[in-house]
Amino acid sequence: MNIGITLIGQMLSFALFVWLTMKFIWPPLMRAMERRRQTIADGLAAAERSKLDLELAQKKAGELLHEAREQAADVLMEAAKRASGIMDEAKSQARAEGERQFLATRAEIDLEANRAREHLRTAVAELAVAGATRILEKEIDRNAHAKLLDSVVAKL
Amino acid sequence: MNTSTGAVTSTDYIIHHLTNLTQGEGIWQINIDTLFFSLILGGVFLAIMGFAAHRASSGVPGGLQNFAEILVEFVDKQVKDTFHGRNPVIAPLALTVFCWVFLWNLMDLVPVDLLPEFGKLLGVHYMRVVPSTDLNATFGLSLTVFLLIIFYSFKVKGPVGYAKELLTHPFGPYLFPANLLLNVVELVAKPISLALRLFGNLYAGEMIFILIALMYGAGWLLGPFAGVLQLGWAIFHLLVITLQAFIFMVLTIVYLSMAHEESH
Repeated sequence: MNIGITLIGQMLSFALFVWLTMKFIWPPLMRAMERRRQTIADGLAAAERSKLDLELAQKKAGELLHEAREQAADVLMEAAKRASGIMDEAKSQARAEGERQFLATRAEIDLEANRAREHLRTAVAELAVAGATRILEKEIDRNAHAKLLDSVVAKL
Repeated sequence: MNTSTGAVTSTDYIIHHLTNLTQGEGIWQINIDTLFFSLILGGVFLAIMGFAAHRASSGVPGGLQNFAEILVEFVDKQVKDTFHGRNPVIAPLALTVFCWVFLWNLMDLVPVDLLPEFGKLLGVHYMRVVPSTDLNATFGLSLTVFLLIIFYSFKVKGPVGYAKELLTHPFGPYLFPANLLLNVVELVAKPISLALRLFGNLYAGEMIFILIALMYGAGWLLGPFAGVLQLGWAIFHLLVITLQAFIFMVLTIVYLSMAHEESH
């Protein structure tokens, strides 16, 4: 029970243990805890930030969708307009073509009629000459009266 | 029971249990068992905590690391509650005090005859396994704390400031003899009360365990009753040993933080 040299031994070993704890045990554990605290804080902040980002992205996506829808409507309207334009053009073209063909046909018919009339006139003149020839067989010299006959033919 | 030499009285049994394994005489007496067990227990503390600290990661902590971190955080909180300056020594010191004293006290829960009987097989005839029932061990702690108190008082306040505090506090400069006397008594009372409180509690606890152990040999009626008593006392003692370790740590922190503060 006496106090003695053991006391010094105890004090020295206590000092040694405190020094070892201070050097090798306390700092690494505190550091690890501090780092973990930091990591958790960072994680929480990141989560908060990404939530905000998500909200922003959703808003932006909504805007883009709206814009796209408007554009699509514009395109549809434009297409409809152009389609009706093309149709109108085609109609007017067809009408013009029809008119042109109608006129051409009519001109041809006129030409044909004229030709037929000419033919008829020649034929009637020849018929008249033939009749007259038969009547006047002897009295009329074809050569002497050729001038007269021609004028008759021209009058027909 | 200690019956190796035949007829052993209860007094012999108790005295045998309260005798250290010693070497040398008087002031040069070395209590080998105290030194041995306290060093072993300190080594256990350093090994476990050192292993945890060595593998400490900032990721998901394992069981051992959790345990070490709970201890460290607990001590750190105690230190931060009491001490507001910056000192890298106090917190590790408090951790060492708490764990070391707790492990010392824990030896009290080992059945009183277990390790001494085992020692007897190895030819060691005296053995006290609880370092905190040796005044050398408790004073070893408290005197080291005492030296630190004086060291930090000088370091923080300077020789002049410290002398002024000792001489003029609390009654003013005209009553400096009374002040000095009061302050010296207060200062000296710190390590003595620290050491004696721990020693007294654990010595008494050990004594009761020894008495209970004596009771095992007191016949068929009292023997089983001793078992019940031992269990009850051990459960209660769990509280005592933790509390004593905690008190020693907190008072150490308080004394050291007082050494850092100017008195008002």
